[in-house]
Amino acid sequence: MIKVNAIGDACPIPVVKTKNAIKELNGPGTVEVLVDNEIAVQNLTKMAVQKGYEIQSQKLEEQKYQVIMTVGEGGEGMEKQEDTAEETVCIPDSRNHKIVVISSGRMGEGNDELGEVLMKGFIYALTQQDELPETILFYNGGAPFTCEGSPALEDLKQLEAQGVEILTCGTCLNYYGLSEKLKIGDVTNMYVITEKMMQADSIIKP
Amino acid sequence: MGEKIVFCKGGGCTAKLGAGILNRVLEKLPKGPKDENLLIGYDSRDDAAVYKVSDDTAFVQTLDFFPPMVDDPYTFGQIAAANALSDIYAMGGEVKTALNIVCFPETMDLNILGEIMRGGSEKVIEAGGTLAGGHSIQDSDVKYGLSVTGLVHPDRIYSNNGGYPGDVLILTKKLGVGIVCTASRVQEAKEEDMKEAVSSMIQLNKYASEICRKYEIHACTDVTGFSFLGHLHEMLDGRLSAEVIAEQIPVISGAADYANEFLLTAAGQRNRNHVGPYVEFEHVPFAMEEVLFDPQTSGGLLIAAAPDQAERLLVELREAGLPASAVGTLTEKKEKEIYVRGQR
Repeated sequence: MIKVNAIGDACPIPVVKTKNAIKELNGPGTVEVLVDNEIAVQNLTKMAVQKGYEIQSQKLEEQKYQVIMTVGEGGEGMEKQEDTAEETVCIPDSRNHKIVVISSGRMGEGNDELGEVLMKGFIYALTQQDELPETILFYNGGAPFTCEGSPALEDLKQLEAQGVEILTCGTCLNYYGLSEKLKIGDVTNMYVITEKMMQADSIIKP
Repeated sequence: MGEKIVFCKGGGCTAKLGAGILNRVLEKLPKGPKDENLLIGYDSRDDAAVYKVSDDTAFVQTLDFFPPMVDDPYTFGQIAAANALSDIYAMGGEVKTALNIVCFPETMDLNILGEIMRGGSEKVIEAGGTLAGGHSIQDSDVKYGLSVTGLVHPDRIYSNNGGYPGDVLILTKKLGVGIVCTASRVQEAKEEDMKEAVSSMIQLNKYASEICRKYEIHACTDVTGFSFLGHLHEMLDGRLSAEVIAEQIPVISGAADYANEFLLTAAGQRNRNHVGPYVEFEHVPFAMEEVLFDPQTSGGLLIAAAPDQAERLLVELREAGLPASAVGTLTEKKEKEIYVRGQR
């Protein structure tokens, strides 16, 4: 694996450095790129989608994002044909004024254990969507998802790296004694939660 | 001229704040009482303010400045000035006075500043205006631009959102200068492509604006940092839709190649994030999508012309040597706001 540090570099430098690293691979392999902003992640994602490279990204900390690009067998040869490339939807480009609200640890009514499995599955499935929400709000029973020990942390990191805003209700964190355990996104308040919901084109509540 | 200016992170209109971020701030600003004489600027997102002083005179006020997008200081001055003056032309006005806006490091060679301001002043003279002064502060990076005042007849202001369904969209300059400058910054642009981009950026929109005065046009704006699609989105004003023909879009040579090499700006991606949800692309190659989201420094005018006038207007613009092209039409509001159609 080749590591590329593009922290502090403005676009298009991260892309240029990554392209050079891929050239250096001279075949299948993996390149890890560190950048300091989500727009750079999105520009790298655009390249990966067009070139047919596998890509995974996550936000490691404030102003530090990790992008892992995998060049498969055939390298450049994997480049998509013109006709299919047009159908390809670039993930970060499709954010709309949609917000997702997670207000419970479980999805649906009925068996609680099943509900937990479903909710975890829902968050994973979100990462696979062509169209991503602008924001995910976590409150009440949903708050623990953004905290230490959450089964959805990896998925949420991926979503955050693509520019999805992750907000957890501060009152809820206090109530559940989780204030020190928040692992991803920011703390928010009722004013912001209300404003986000009022301004959304649609609200998705699993 | 041996001196070169050190590049800032992203020069020209790529340095603009994203429209999404900006809207959030602007929405919350307090507004004083409405002045009846302020014709444009109170609640619209126009490029400039227009204030009526009498029945036949209004003044147009605008400012624009940014960090360098080219190495040569004289060229930078010309581009920054052409870009700032453009807001007056997008309103249909005549340039009268201009003031320099300068940020310059105290330790840098003053000859560089002299060259920047020479470029700017030549463009003000070409515009028919007078450079009347300015304000300079020391800063770690170079920035330059103008505050410009012009005059316009209150009944003959070009609105930026007054289009009707059926209007023909005409674009007066090629797109892609942001991408070409970005490629040039990493030494991947061909010299002749960069030359073409520069000559496009220093071209005043004066001539296009004057020609438009002879025709019935319903809306006009200049295409700058928010990209062709971003400015078209503003023109549609939530009440119209538009059909754009990708093949008709004039593009600086090399821009598509550099887009295919992913030599893209952050500002272009911010434009995509902001306007992308309103746009449907049909069989449009990736590179053309990027050109349409590309932030333009000193871009051309985007005009919505009455359908029976469009052809003659287009011919006259071309006769004046402009690479003008009819790029689409306005329609009644549809499900999506902007449809860009490519070749199947």
